Amino acid sequence: MIGRAHHAPSSTVALDAPRDESALLRVEGLKVHFPTEDGLVKAVDGLSYTVPAGRTLGIVGESGSGKSVSSQAIMGLHRGSRAQVSGNIFFDSTDLLQIGDEQLRRMRGRDIAMVFQDPLSALHPYYTVGNQIMEAYRVHHNVSKSAARTRTIEMLDRVGIPNPDKRIDQYPHEFSGGMRQRAMIAMALINDPRLIIADEPTTALDVTVQAQILELLVGLQEEFGSSIIIITHDLGVVAEMAHEILVMYGGKAVERGSADEVFYTPGHPYTWGLLSSMPRMDRARLERLRPIAGNPPSLINPPSGCAFHPRCPFMDEAKYHCVSQVPVFNPELPHPVRCAIPEGERHVIFEQKVKPSL
Amino acid sequence: MYAYVIRRLFSGLVMLIVMSFATFLMFFNGAVDPVRYTCGKACGVPGVLERNRAMLGYDDPVPVQYAKFVKGVFVGRDFPDDPALRKSAPETIARCDAPCLGYSPKENSTVTSMLAERAPISASLAVAAFIMWIAFGVGGGIVAALYKGRWPDKLIVGTALIFYAFPTFFIGLFLYKFVAIKWELTPQPVYTAFTEDPVAWAMGLFLPGLTLALFYIAGYIRLTRSYVIEAASEDYLRTAKAKGLDKRTILWKHTMRSALTPLITLAALDFAGLLGGAIITETVFNYQGLGKLAVDAATTWDLPVTVGIVLTLSTIVILANIIVDVLYAVIDPRVKLA
Amino acid sequence: MKAQRDGQEPILRVKDLKKYFPRKTSGVIRRPDSPVQAVDGVSFELYPGETLGVVGESGCGKSTMGRTVLQLLEPTAGTIEFKGKDVTGAKGRELRRLRTEMQMVFQDPYGSLNPRQTVGSIVGAPFAIQGITPEGGVKKRVQELMERVGLNPEHYNRYPHEFSGGQRQRIGIARAVALQPDIIVCDEPVSALDVSIQAQVVNLLEDIQNEFGITYIFIAHDLSVVRHISDRVAVMYLGKIVELTDRDTLYADPQHPYTQALLSAVPLPDPRKENKRDRILLTGDLPSPINPPSGCVFHTRCPKYRTLTDTEKKRCVEEVPLPRETQAGHSVACHYAESTNLAIV
Repeated sequence: MIGRAHHAPSSTVALDAPRDESALLRVEGLKVHFPTEDGLVKAVDGLSYTVPAGRTLGIVGESGSGKSVSSQAIMGLHRGSRAQVSGNIFFDSTDLLQIGDEQLRRMRGRDIAMVFQDPLSALHPYYTVGNQIMEAYRVHHNVSKSAARTRTIEMLDRVGIPNPDKRIDQYPHEFSGGMRQRAMIAMALINDPRLIIADEPTTALDVTVQAQILELLVGLQEEFGSSIIIITHDLGVVAEMAHEILVMYGGKAVERGSADEVFYTPGHPYTWGLLSSMPRMDRARLERLRPIAGNPPSLINPPSGCAFHPRCPFMDEAKYHCVSQVPVFNPELPHPVRCAIPEGERHVIFEQKVKPSL
Repeated sequence: MYAYVIRRLFSGLVMLIVMSFATFLMFFNGAVDPVRYTCGKACGVPGVLERNRAMLGYDDPVPVQYAKFVKGVFVGRDFPDDPALRKSAPETIARCDAPCLGYSPKENSTVTSMLAERAPISASLAVAAFIMWIAFGVGGGIVAALYKGRWPDKLIVGTALIFYAFPTFFIGLFLYKFVAIKWELTPQPVYTAFTEDPVAWAMGLFLPGLTLALFYIAGYIRLTRSYVIEAASEDYLRTAKAKGLDKRTILWKHTMRSALTPLITLAALDFAGLLGGAIITETVFNYQGLGKLAVDAATTWDLPVTVGIVLTLSTIVILANIIVDVLYAVIDPRVKLA
Repeated sequence: MKAQRDGQEPILRVKDLKKYFPRKTSGVIRRPDSPVQAVDGVSFELYPGETLGVVGESGCGKSTMGRTVLQLLEPTAGTIEFKGKDVTGAKGRELRRLRTEMQMVFQDPYGSLNPRQTVGSIVGAPFAIQGITPEGGVKKRVQELMERVGLNPEHYNRYPHEFSGGQRQRIGIARAVALQPDIIVCDEPVSALDVSIQAQVVNLLEDIQNEFGITYIFIAHDLSVVRHISDRVAVMYLGKIVELTDRDTLYADPQHPYTQALLSAVPLPDPRKENKRDRILLTGDLPSPINPPSGCVFHTRCPKYRTLTDTEKKRCVEEVPLPRETQAGHSVACHYAESTNLAIV
């Protein structure tokens, strides 16, 4: 252990979170494979992480990294399809992959709720916004229509929709993009769930609206105390929202740590690549961007060993079995990194070659 | 919305005028003299051709004839329209009340009454076929979609395709000659008016209705199947599932609502098309519907009947289109008629 | 900075450009109704070799503006001067010649390529349309272009679906560059791409600009990418340019309240800074471009408006602020740009 940066105690993250048995959600060795004509697509291939109660985990990765698929597996949205799902997903002490369809259905929307990327396509075009939110409430609460309506108006008001008593009877297409996403959030929160999965909740929105929605989510979390998993490709969004960050690549976790760790002492060459390839408004402008070379990996025939090795600039003639062995990712560690290069050496590379150009 | 309907009705009217005038023009510029069909052998008798021509008004220029026709639609007309004859021999004049679409000397009857007599037969056939093809077509399509890629799907789609591949007249003849006559599995397909005996009406319609329906079923199965599969992959169905709704609500409230909406348009238009008569089926089962009437009129150059049928069918199709568009705006809140 | 405005003639001069989309009233007889004012009086100059970034949120008219400048859409009013010549409303042969000098790269690398055409014929299409045979033949030139944009020239006969998103965007770039145009309008060219691929394409665009001396209009909603690639930046709101200046000034000293709000809304990939930062949150929704607000179109959502006195407010509501230079080369369409700025980044 050479020179691992330790954070000031002001850091808001519980470093022992992954081993916390009281974690609200514990994902262990999750695999989601899809058989296709071209072969088996290993969309998620051995993923483990935990989400403590009341905390926010940001899952970052590019398209095809498995970030969305893994969260849909939590909700059991692949049930009844050809997907092969294995591993364990403990919510409290219930394994969501073991329980029956009916038991899981009762938990969906009540214990775990989801906010989707594009609120226009995620809302049914033929039913009013109110109808859809009331439906979400009444499926888990045996209440009258008028009681559900009152509750829905309350929620619409709470998420900042003006004139909720009128907007409740409007259709999704009569809402603006930001208002639709607020309505989706109202729908997700109406049953006071303990875990909210937000899958790219602001990607389809404009930046000023995104700012409103992120602020709303942070405020609501403080009020309701729910845990949040926020899935995004935007490092700015996780920087604002997440206590902990999980970086995914090719269906696997490659790094997990507190927000401070991932942003200030990132350990994986892919994370370095992400951080240095994006143009940043908060730094001096670079003459040239530094992209990650090559293309994302195939999920059917992933590269041998470390899936990132064909794009990794620090592989150094496969000195470290990058090509032959899949590097280990130990979720028990406070800041695990899936890389064959020993930590000390990586730290030196980061300090000398990567950090100066960040 | 009302403004929209008025606009559409107006453009429909313009279309009817154009179509009826085009029919007139085609009729009189053909190679055959239509009057020759009015007298058969008697045409050889001197003066008969001329008399019939005058009686039918075929001696007027086409625009004048057309004007008289339009006038007849609104106020009715007499054949022949001759004030002198009306005084001297009123019994030789045929009165055709509004809406008068013409007078067929061949059938010795007004077109309006002929249409009124034939329309219920075609309409009955259309209703029978519609019920069967919606039940089997949409029902089969839903089942196929729910079992996508498994054996019930393949069985349903395959069977439908077999029936689709056989020509209608073959299926009709098979059902008639074998199922009804030789094996006597079903009642004889004879038309009975609904007002006379509703049960006999329904029994008689079973085979001809099925013949027609089999043609449509294959298409509806495939469409319904793909609409349901498409709807099921919509993001909002994922939302419905994530809310914790049960399978029944997801299927019937969320999936079907979006899957079946486009089918309504299609079904309404197909139904409207059938109201105008199904030529092959009516011929095979010897049902005296509009389809058979149309063929007979066209082959015997019976102008009044031809124009009458063209106008009636066009009106039905135009109205059906307007109704479908309005209906769509009612079902789909995103559609605004303006 | 690649472009120097002093003493240089602009290659493109756009004056008071408007693009309205007509609407009709409902009723038995339909009359023209107030149109959608997608682009409403946009003026700017473009200098050879520079990149003009155009930012704004969806519905601000930036894409329509780009298409109207290329005359893919017919302008409702205003003039477009290309190399000193008025080309507004060019038709037939003149328009076709203009197309060889101005090209476009689209956002969607999936939708903008014909799936039934090979890459070779897509990239070679401009030659066929214009009836030009390049030296050494079309195929040779196309393969050179493919190589130049980082595609394997041996893939000449492949179809778009055999390529990844980033590679497809390279195909679109090769097609745009084929005739060596003077100007390329890039409409959100990297927003559909993953972060790591985005950087590859941005670098490619910069290399091609340097090599061929192309002038870019770079339309995007991502303020970080625009800052990286642009020499000057125009900020659009509801069909109008509200602020236009060189890149460094815009990001360091934004003067229009909308620009300030826009910049402060971008989340920074830096949790510590992010936690300390104050945001200017805009309230409400974007007004409709059918009935835009009177006076300054931004006054309904403007955070600064709320701090003004009643007399000052009256001016915002009644008088349309025209773009004016608050400093040399810094044009702002706000009556009160100079008064105290709001907290930013």
